[in-house]
Amino acid sequence: MTPPPQSPPSEWQYVAAAYLVVFVAMLAWVAIIGAKLQRLQRQVAELVERARARG
Amino acid sequence: MGRTLAQNRVAALGALTLALFAASIALVFFYAPTDASQGFSQRIFYFHVPIALTSYACFGWGAWKALRVLWKRELSADVESYVGVHLGVVFGALTLITGSIWARASWGHWWVWGDDQLVLFLVLFLFYCAYFMLRYSVDPGRQRANMSAVYALFGVVLIPVSFLAIRLSHSLVHPTVFTSHGPQMTAAMFLTFCVSWAAMMSLFATLYHVELTGKRLDASLRELRELLA
Repeated sequence: MTPPPQSPPSEWQYVAAAYLVVFVAMLAWVAIIGAKLQRLQRQVAELVERARARG
Repeated sequence: MGRTLAQNRVAALGALTLALFAASIALVFFYAPTDASQGFSQRIFYFHVPIALTSYACFGWGAWKALRVLWKRELSADVESYVGVHLGVVFGALTLITGSIWARASWGHWWVWGDDQLVLFLVLFLFYCAYFMLRYSVDPGRQRANMSAVYALFGVVLIPVSFLAIRLSHSLVHPTVFTSHGPQMTAAMFLTFCVSWAAMMSLFATLYHVELTGKRLDASLRELRELLA
């Protein structure tokens, strides 16, 4: 039994894909910056602890 | 005071970017007319071309800061040049991906090696990708800043070549929209394009300031850690 032939994506699907790529990239960038901020927050807390320990 | 101003600037830029993106999407899908020859897929143009122009602006900004590193001996401009080039590569990757999707929808091919502008943009993109390999192969300091700056300045020469390639080669594959007679599109299309480009430039400005703040914070923390060690 042969699989049914797949129809090519329509024009609006290509347009949606192009716009989606941009928005996914923006979301990924926000996620990366969020992770970086958390790392910086941890490092600041660690340095504050170290400074306190020194008196 | 200075920090509050910087935070307010980033927040204002972020809000402006969101507003411009909302306006751009609304104009692209509800205002701009459908192109007679390319049909609905021409709407990719409103994101693809502004992203490409913004990547040129990022590389140009990176080169300008690189010039300041070499000319004014400003070491602080090194990180600004790096962030400009980094964002240029991000926008460049998006240009290649959205362009490829548009090419598939319009020409039936993901990539056309015979098109000068496509190939030259890929060369420009790969050239700036190699910038990071060079930069991270050298220890931080004046030598790295100088080498990175020279490399960033060399790359900027490719921008006018890439931009003019389509006009010089008279390619029939890649459409020429901006000619010496002005933009070859209706007023509604041109307005939509301008708003989309403003949104992309505003996004660049926001990302630039956020990334630069993160880089500077990183450097300050490293210095503080060394002082407390």
